[in-house]
Amino acid sequence: MVISEKLDRFFDEKMKEYPTQRSFLVPMLLYTQDELGYLTNEAIAHIAKKVDLTELEVRNVISYYSMLRTKPLGKYHVQVCTNISCMLRGGEEVFEHCKQRLGIGHKQATPDGLFSLEEVECIGACSWAPAVQVNYDFHENLTPEKMDAVLDQYSRKAKQ
Amino acid sequence: MAEPKSITITVDGKSLSAPAGTLLIEACKAVGIEVPSFCYYPGLSLQAACRMCLVRIEKMPKLQTACTVQITDGMVVTSDSDEVRQARKSMIELLLGNHPLDCPVCDAGGECELQDMTFKYGAAESRYMEGKLHKEEQQWSPVVYFDRPRCILCYRCVRACGEGMDVWALGVQNRGSSSVIAPNQGDHLECEECGMCIDICPVGALTSGAYRYKTRPWEMKHVGTICTHCGDGCKTTLGMRRSDTGMDIVRGDNRDKSGINGDFLCIKGRYAFDYFDHKDRLRHPLIRRNGQLTQATWEEALEHVGKRLKEIRDTQGGQAIGVIGSNRTTNEENYLLQKFARTVLGTNNIDHHRTTDFAGFARAITGKQNATATMRDVATASSILLIGNDPTEQHPLLAWNIRSNVRLNRAKLFIVNSRPIKLRRQAAAFLQVPEGRESKFVAFLNGDDTAAGSLTSPAVSNDSLKQVRDQLRGAQDPIIIFGSELRGADIAALVKFGSGVRAMFICLGDYANSRGAADMGLYPDLFPGYVAADGPHNFNEEWGKVPQVKGMDIAGMMQAAKDRKLAALYVVGSNPVTDYSFDPAALQNAFVVVQELFLTETALLAEVVFPAASAYEKAGTFTNTCGDIQLLKKAGEISSVRSDFEIIVRVADRMGADTKKLVPFGKGVHADMGQSRGAQSGEADRHAVWLTANNLDPRLSPFDPMAILDEIQRLVPGYEFSRLNLIAGNDEHVTAAEHSNAGAGNGLVQIVPANDSLFTSGTLGRYSHTLNSVIENRRSTESKEVMAD
Ligand code: SF4
Ligand code: SF4
Ligand code: SF4
Ligand code: FES
Ligand code: FES
Repeated sequence: MVISEKLDRFFDEKMKEYPTQRSFLVPMLLYTQDELGYLTNEAIAHIAKKVDLTELEVRNVISYYSMLRTKPLGKYHVQVCTNISCMLRGGEEVFEHCKQRLGIGHKQATPDGLFSLEEVECIGACSWAPAVQVNYDFHENLTPEKMDAVLDQYSRKAKQ
Repeated sequence: MAEPKSITITVDGKSLSAPAGTLLIEACKAVGIEVPSFCYYPGLSLQAACRMCLVRIEKMPKLQTACTVQITDGMVVTSDSDEVRQARKSMIELLLGNHPLDCPVCDAGGECELQDMTFKYGAAESRYMEGKLHKEEQQWSPVVYFDRPRCILCYRCVRACGEGMDVWALGVQNRGSSSVIAPNQGDHLECEECGMCIDICPVGALTSGAYRYKTRPWEMKHVGTICTHCGDGCKTTLGMRRSDTGMDIVRGDNRDKSGINGDFLCIKGRYAFDYFDHKDRLRHPLIRRNGQLTQATWEEALEHVGKRLKEIRDTQGGQAIGVIGSNRTTNEENYLLQKFARTVLGTNNIDHHRTTDFAGFARAITGKQNATATMRDVATASSILLIGNDPTEQHPLLAWNIRSNVRLNRAKLFIVNSRPIKLRRQAAAFLQVPEGRESKFVAFLNGDDTAAGSLTSPAVSNDSLKQVRDQLRGAQDPIIIFGSELRGADIAALVKFGSGVRAMFICLGDYANSRGAADMGLYPDLFPGYVAADGPHNFNEEWGKVPQVKGMDIAGMMQAAKDRKLAALYVVGSNPVTDYSFDPAALQNAFVVVQELFLTETALLAEVVFPAASAYEKAGTFTNTCGDIQLLKKAGEISSVRSDFEIIVRVADRMGADTKKLVPFGKGVHADMGQSRGAQSGEADRHAVWLTANNLDPRLSPFDPMAILDEIQRLVPGYEFSRLNLIAGNDEHVTAAEHSNAGAGNGLVQIVPANDSLFTSGTLGRYSHTLNSVIENRRSTESKEVMAD
């Protein structure tokens, strides 16, 4: 899977703003991941060519950032924070609960491809700890029960 | 450029000065203060990854990395204090935290920087209780193996491959302590297989297929000699170990960085010594009996050849005999061969496989001063023009020096080539011209604007041509390098242009001693030093009568063989049947003698085949394509073969020639030299060592190449270099071409470039296991991809 023409045109436009083209690499990878769900081999080859890097160099960058991935995840990617504030306020229990409920572990996806789970570091929502981020949405002040409600909500959304 | 200002700093109470911009670690090194380092490597970009070089600098918070700090005036540094020692100790403790400590079976054991540092600075005990992360070793290519747990993440390999080789085949994946070195194809490498990454690895993380688990470093003797493959002349250090039949070469590397190649070796210099003990290597003389080549004794073979050659010479004259010399035998052997041909066989019918027009080059630069550049010059010249050739494939060291010069000194590189060669990536200007039009570009350089018409294309405009010409006209002492695309008059035209800008030249020929073959007169019309055979020369004064008429070149010999006018053909280290499509049928009636390592297509047609020693098994000199002469030291030994030198002398002896005239040895001193050969020799050429050690300048043996080198130095102008410097293992530049007196020549030369790639090397390459496995591996990887489609 390669990126859409629209995104490709956007890259071409945007790239002009970067004096050093490879500086645009990380944003491109993020946009691509949002569009495709993950960074496919084809997309990596395509982007490498665009910024005149070897595919290896692009992969070096991808593997450096835990938020970039080369494997498909669930439609809803549940990122549970267990960093200090969240940990103190029950983040680990929330994470344990998610594991139980979804039947998967860290960086794994459910067989139906609906959910995936990841234990992450601070997501900047300490004031409302424990916090969870699903795709780009935040859910705060969680307990295992509240977490169930959040997951139910996404299950319903998927069926609509 | 103005000299950088000198700056004075104080290290451990000692005051020292170094130019502004010097790195602290280098400034310390210059005065003998060792600051330990892993990731720092001179000539590569700064990494500051290992923190081994931490020192205290006054007025700076925290310890600083000496490998990245440039010295500044009045800097006060402490490189040896409790604090610094503790820092080093901690760094090593961290490195050892996940290190497998399998030193007893690790290839690097005994020559590992981590071992040495631990010994010198390290902590004897560890506070880590955690289990270590293990990962099985991986084979990344026929050459490169990776043992991940041993890696200390210094990133030297990544930088050597990327910055140095411009291959960028190694990367770093993941982050922090889970970082790993990764090959470019996921689970394997596709690269130039140079082994630079392996040699530069401070530990045993990267190991080579050729050497791994074979021996311990301290079990080997190390012999620094010259690579026998391309014409660049890299010094390679061979690791030797005793074997049943002599001495085995176990590995090659460039640990001895004193050679013209500095850090560099390509796959051939590092691993392709392995043809030396190939199972097909000839180990006995062969004589054709009842149509079959059958094993014979040296005695029989020498007697047979001596007798037949004498007969033919005495009944049909020397012109009925042809001789073809080699591009990979030593200068002394080449010189001896043509002297043998001219004074014993009585013929000027001698030639060699010409891969470039060295004779034309000599004609073009004769009488000029400073007309040829050394290989070292290429690494420092401010601008370089490269016409033709593909150095990345055919002259890997030259390509390395060009790349390093562009990267480290911002040299300007101009390339004119019919193909988009890889070095274009370093070029300030790359002009892709139609094949065969390289000479038009030379005409254009000389001011012929009409020549531009045949050079332009959508990618090459008239303006870009003019720009390059203007820049070259204004260049300061450029180096002009050209391949076999330019010959004869075109070389003369290029030299005409170059002389106007005080350029120095390099003419690129293939194979390890093709320049030596040319310099030593393996030509039907030229004596050693490119002296016209039919012109005035002083060789007859020393040699006695020599034929005054020009002899036949290879094409002429081929025709003569067809016409049944060539009764004998004597071939040394050459395969004309393949290289020149020499018609085998034409040789049916000729008496063919071949000195070779392997049963080549030519050897298969011979009456007698002598098994010859390779250049790794003998002493002598090679002259590289630039004219840098270097000493070969005997490393390997196969007890049943003999050097080409010895074979020629023995054949001459059987023909009744006076060997003392052929090889001016002895001069009245007599001694028993029995101790000089034999299976126990090998740590070097004992013969040479013994003679040198005993200060025996009068050459005592007719097989001593140095006796012929004496004569070469006496008779070949331009070869008057410092012998002492040569023996000390250094390169000397010779200028036979500048001192030539070749006459006009007939302008007709048959040049057959070898067109070798990184992974081929004429006959020798065909018998190199490493080279073949790389070629094979590429084929199978390709087919895998096809299967996946
Ligand atoms: S062998 Fe040479 S080209 Fe291949 S990865 Fe190592 S350094 Fe790079
Ligand atoms: S493989 Fe060797 S050279 Fe490369 S990073 Fe690891 S230790 Fe350094
Ligand atoms: S560059 Fe040439 S001389 Fe050097 S190692 Fe390679 S083949 Fe040998
Ligand atoms: S610690 Fe969880 S959001 Fe900051
Ligand atoms: S040598 Fe300075 S940080 Fe590695």
